[in-house]
Amino acid sequence: MKGKIWKYGDNVNTDVIYAGKYTYQQLKPEEMAAKALEDLDPSFAKGVKPGDIVLAGKNFGCGSSREQAAACLRAAGVQAVVAKSFARIYFRNAINLGLPVLQCEAAVDALVAGGEAEIDFSGGRIIANGKVFTFPPLPASVIGILEAGGLIEWTKKKLEKK
Amino acid sequence: MGQTFSEKALGRKAGRPVKAGEVITVAPDYYLSHDNSSAIIGEFKKLGLAKVVAPGKIVIVLDHIVPAADEKYAQNHKTIREFVAEQGIPNFFDVHAGVCHQVFSEASFALPGAVIMGSDSHTTTYGAFGAFAAGVGRTETASLWATDEIWLRVPETLRVEFHGAFPKGVYAKDAILKVLGDHGADRANYEAVEFAGPAAGEFSLASRMVLCNMAAEMGAKNGYFEVDGKTLAWLKERAKGPYEILKSDPDAAYEAVLKYDLSALEPMIACPHSVDNVKPVTAVAGKPFHQALIGTCTNGRLEDLEVAAKILKGRKIHPSVRTLILPASREVYLEAAKKGLIEIFLEANCVMVNPGCGPCLGAHEGILAPGEVVVGTSNRNFKGRMGGRDSEIYLASPATVAASALQGKITDPRTYVS
Repeated sequence: MKGKIWKYGDNVNTDVIYAGKYTYQQLKPEEMAAKALEDLDPSFAKGVKPGDIVLAGKNFGCGSSREQAAACLRAAGVQAVVAKSFARIYFRNAINLGLPVLQCEAAVDALVAGGEAEIDFSGGRIIANGKVFTFPPLPASVIGILEAGGLIEWTKKKLEKK
Repeated sequence: MGQTFSEKALGRKAGRPVKAGEVITVAPDYYLSHDNSSAIIGEFKKLGLAKVVAPGKIVIVLDHIVPAADEKYAQNHKTIREFVAEQGIPNFFDVHAGVCHQVFSEASFALPGAVIMGSDSHTTTYGAFGAFAAGVGRTETASLWATDEIWLRVPETLRVEFHGAFPKGVYAKDAILKVLGDHGADRANYEAVEFAGPAAGEFSLASRMVLCNMAAEMGAKNGYFEVDGKTLAWLKERAKGPYEILKSDPDAAYEAVLKYDLSALEPMIACPHSVDNVKPVTAVAGKPFHQALIGTCTNGRLEDLEVAAKILKGRKIHPSVRTLILPASREVYLEAAKKGLIEIFLEANCVMVNPGCGPCLGAHEGILAPGEVVVGTSNRNFKGRMGGRDSEIYLASPATVAASALQGKITDPRTYVS
């Protein structure tokens, strides 16, 4: 699926992805999507469409362990976040909630906001403007969780096997 | 080749020697959560289990929005209390206790060699006691409640060595801000940070907690100080269970070693809007601001309040500034009261805020209006974190914040510390 690119810089933190004042309110997915990136780019929540791609620099998702920072992007229909690097708790949370997080420095450097890109997850490729950027495949343990649809579904299956 | 502390702690749980880079599955000793337990309960219920697997490993501390600021938060707390009763979770701390990281440490769940997962990014704090402690998300905590298992990647280790001694007016907070400013907010991403060197033993346990707390701001998975006489003295009073002291081998492999001379440090301040935008206090001295915050899980312990009280004693907060004092726990608050510090704060026109997270994450009890500036001792200054989107947060030591509160502008504390 092709998606529109939204591009941001380094150290995009969890407070600007999903503000602390909403963190302890239990909001529905569509309400969370409406708060996404509120303090970074107020135009994002209004303009984002299913399949869009978020591009960012290094250390995306640094800061709090709040999971809604991943959940709100998934709820907004973002197909993947592609960054130069991710903060570790954000990386785990995104996988656990079924939001693909891909590390690809070349794509982040080359692609611009407003453009379009296509992601071939199984082939480990991002295709845009006739160019192909490759990203390292995710570890097997992580793919298992993503394929199950997130950690809750994955854990359910594990419990059933026991 | 020898092993690092983190390799030993995780290897002990894995039941075999492990190396940095390996992915292993372990059963941690404890898993912490706070007000987010309500959301965790929701995730846990999706799993269809009637009971948590190991209720004794669950530690829940209500701290983020305490006492409840509105009906929704009150309902969250109620849901948690009912779940705690229904599941027979023995380690529950209600709204009176304080910030989870302080309470967890005081209750001595933070034991040497223990592997602790916490549904809060500052879980790294317990490395101050020689534990392996890392933050995870809510869904993972729900999964831990259900399975008592989690996958972890064994981290590489960054070693930060300190030598020399702190000059007057310079503290642990200045040291960690200096490291952050020099190396950036992602320097230790996915790594363990081991604080060591000949001066490591000079850090009090409270100061070790400052560094391990803010290791999270370097992107670290965990922070760590080696167990020494100070740790053992603390444990002698408090440890409830057995523990195993694990230390890095002399020939352990480090990703890198950074060296710092404490005697060359000066008071530092993190400027808006990132924790690694660090400058000497002298570079921004004179900047007026609206609110001072002394406390939080980073700098809300007795030694921090003592430093602040010493500066504030017999003086008044500048009339253009409101100053909040936020002790890290009930125990800290009580000790501060016994020592007469609370009287000093009240005489100086400070506002005493009950122990908890309160304004630090912008939840309640001291939110900033648009355009306002806060100078505080907390650990994060992300844009909008404490209120209005264009408000500004500066982070510094309790001494710098106290001195600044008296002057109504950012002030080098060394003028007040003899």
